[in-house]
Amino acid sequence: MGVGKLITYFRTYGFVLIVLSVFSPLTVAADRVHLLIPGGAGGGWDTTARGVGEALSRSGLVDSASYENMSGGDGSKAIAYLIETASRQHNTLLISSTPIILKSLKNIFPQSYKDLIPVAAVIADHGAFVVTADSKYQSWQQVIDDYRLDPRNVKVAGGSVRGSMDHLVAALAFKKSGVDARQMRYIPYNAGAKAMVGLLSKETQLLSTGLSEAIALARQGEVRILAMTARKRVEYAPDVPTLVESGVDVEFTNWRGFFAAPGFPAERSQYYHKLLRDLYDTSEWDEIRVSRGWTNLYLAGQDFVDFLAKQERELGKIMLDLGMVKK
Amino acid sequence: MIEGILTGLATAFTPINLMMVLVGCFAGTFIGMLPGLGPVSAIALMIPITYGFDPASGMILMAGVYYGAVFGGSTSAILINAPGVSGAVATAFDGHPMAKNGMAGKALALAAYSSFFGGTIGAIFLFALVPVLASVSLSFQSADYFALMLFGCTAIAAFSGKGQILKAILMTLLGLMLATVGEDPSGIQRFTFGMPDLYGGISFLLLSMATFALAEALLVVLRGELSSASSAAGKMSKTELGSLKLTGEEVKDIAPAVSRSSVLGFFVGILPGAGATIASFLAYGMERNLAPAKKKEEFGKGSARGLAAPETANNAASTGSFVPLLTLGIPGSATTAVMLGALLSYGVQPGPRLYIDHPSVFWAVIISMYLGNIILLVLNLPLIPYISKLLEIPRQLLTPIILFFSLIGVYLVSFNTVDLTMMVAIGVAAVMFRVLDFPLAPLLLGFILGGMLEDNLRRALLIWDGSWAFLWERPITATIMVITLLTLILPLISSLRDRRIIKPTI
Repeated sequence: MGVGKLITYFRTYGFVLIVLSVFSPLTVAADRVHLLIPGGAGGGWDTTARGVGEALSRSGLVDSASYENMSGGDGSKAIAYLIETASRQHNTLLISSTPIILKSLKNIFPQSYKDLIPVAAVIADHGAFVVTADSKYQSWQQVIDDYRLDPRNVKVAGGSVRGSMDHLVAALAFKKSGVDARQMRYIPYNAGAKAMVGLLSKETQLLSTGLSEAIALARQGEVRILAMTARKRVEYAPDVPTLVESGVDVEFTNWRGFFAAPGFPAERSQYYHKLLRDLYDTSEWDEIRVSRGWTNLYLAGQDFVDFLAKQERELGKIMLDLGMVKK
Repeated sequence: MIEGILTGLATAFTPINLMMVLVGCFAGTFIGMLPGLGPVSAIALMIPITYGFDPASGMILMAGVYYGAVFGGSTSAILINAPGVSGAVATAFDGHPMAKNGMAGKALALAAYSSFFGGTIGAIFLFALVPVLASVSLSFQSADYFALMLFGCTAIAAFSGKGQILKAILMTLLGLMLATVGEDPSGIQRFTFGMPDLYGGISFLLLSMATFALAEALLVVLRGELSSASSAAGKMSKTELGSLKLTGEEVKDIAPAVSRSSVLGFFVGILPGAGATIASFLAYGMERNLAPAKKKEEFGKGSARGLAAPETANNAASTGSFVPLLTLGIPGSATTAVMLGALLSYGVQPGPRLYIDHPSVFWAVIISMYLGNIILLVLNLPLIPYISKLLEIPRQLLTPIILFFSLIGVYLVSFNTVDLTMMVAIGVAAVMFRVLDFPLAPLLLGFILGGMLEDNLRRALLIWDGSWAFLWERPITATIMVITLLTLILPLISSLRDRRIIKPTI
């Protein structure tokens, strides 16, 4: 049995090794796409990249999609790698999302997303402000009124550290509502679900999270979503008011999208713009998108670049206001 | 409710579903035995396979894989001292010494029996108490979790045998320090020395593989056990492998430990901020504190109680963690998060309404989990003699295999070569500690509890606007703090009293 056991070991890992070698990024062919994932298996970047890759290959838009996970430095390692090996990465797209902008603003890494070529954003989520079903707050305005009395009345839970997206979106919403966001009591949890537990256990009064993360519990009547940060109400949550409706001029989109290596030929960029555009028309993508609760957001080329610049300005300003970055 | 349970039973006991759970348990056990692949990755691996299955069958396969992987994790912790998941760390404390003492078969059987018992008690509680449990799981706030983690730290006492107290405390502190590496909750970088690879902190898997599996394998090389392999190591495994049966005395010895641990484990498990790892540490610490003086000495050296308690507790806790998942739709752990993903892909939305609107789905999930638990016992007990023959592989072959799999296990999670360098460095340091007779278990304990201890304390202080009043003003926090203090003080008092009695005779 000792030998049998060994064989089992080798089978399992041999398989993994074969899979890895097949996924090696060295070959360059026209209709292959190689997706570089700056985090480990199972995370948000990973599921998005694999979802996109699966839809692309299953629908026949590309012959094959391959994936490469490379974690380290909160995503900066993969960026550095892509820049270093740019000349042989003409089939490679790197998946990223809003936090990449925060990293660039904090200026802690030598390279930022600005050293890459933005290709296109594919999906989006919006910030949402959530209270428990039995909360005394019925509207965003009531939260603001209570905050004005004493900021300590409204403790805000979020799924990541200070200075992360959940924190900044809440700060932005408070600031634009006319109160001092620097007084905000932000309580960091290490996952969105943990922050939700914090809200439900009544230790915080408000939760700042993604709309898609809160919608299921809201539908079941456990929590109430007071406001969210899209410009217009969204299809899958028609009852949730926007901040804009409440007279607060805040629009915030948490995007996920793809970047390419510096020196990426323009015609390759064009090709990927079209490829990702075509993706939206496939039933395979619809199926994957709906099952994961994603919302389409197509921004390609210059549109994406402008969008990123605007988001960076907004986030940079609020970080400056909060004293999290120096001018 | 009864109707729901019956429908659930009927669904679970169709031949195809029984087949599913069997296959799942088998696959799960082997996946779980590989360092680095725990229940989380095992379930994640199964999701694409079950795509297009009937939801009930898919869920039942998952249940089998889940329990299989948990047991597989305990197996590698016991046999080769490689706890690949944090829930199995406490299992290695006494499980591996037992295997080294030539009782590998018994240790594995004990693990299987205790897991089964923990799962059973958990399931009974679940059946009886589900409607009230949802509110219990939300009654704990950060302040209470802080107190609970602090209480978990008292388990360190278990490693402070004669003259070891200072060493155990030092190692715990080192573990706490390692837990601070990376980005802190206020977004500041600590101890990263400008290296991007350290920004995310040190991963549990890396530290556990380096300090346990890697150090163990390196020590074998150092001590020159390779050359005399067949004499010492070979003999120990061959002779006493067969004795799987527990004697009546042993059963009597572990029965109270198992009963206590299953209750403790279940209730810790339903708290979304605690989970199976904390449950196993708490149970281990509790049993050591409650054990009679003579039995206390055995902890850490191959105590049957010391193995049974955490194994029972972590399985009971895993069952308990289904309470927040199914009643609130909130995953309390990485495993239940993957489970939630699986449930959603079958079109099942867990939450308060699931229990009311679709009781048959609700109970089918719980019953299939329990079925996984039963099948695992039935399937694995006869397999134990074969699994434990792993130790019969000559040391000169087994050691490089362990080295290889622990390294590749870490690499396949992060795909980062720097992790490997770090792992080897930590492994070498761990060997030095072992040679100097420093216990490594407190290091891992401090590391696991450290992060949670800090996060919860910081949150509690923020929520209480910088005041420490939560320590006495929140009833749950205060109660746990008192228990913690008593646990620390009582042994001191009794040892002082002993000394006073001894003095006159001198």
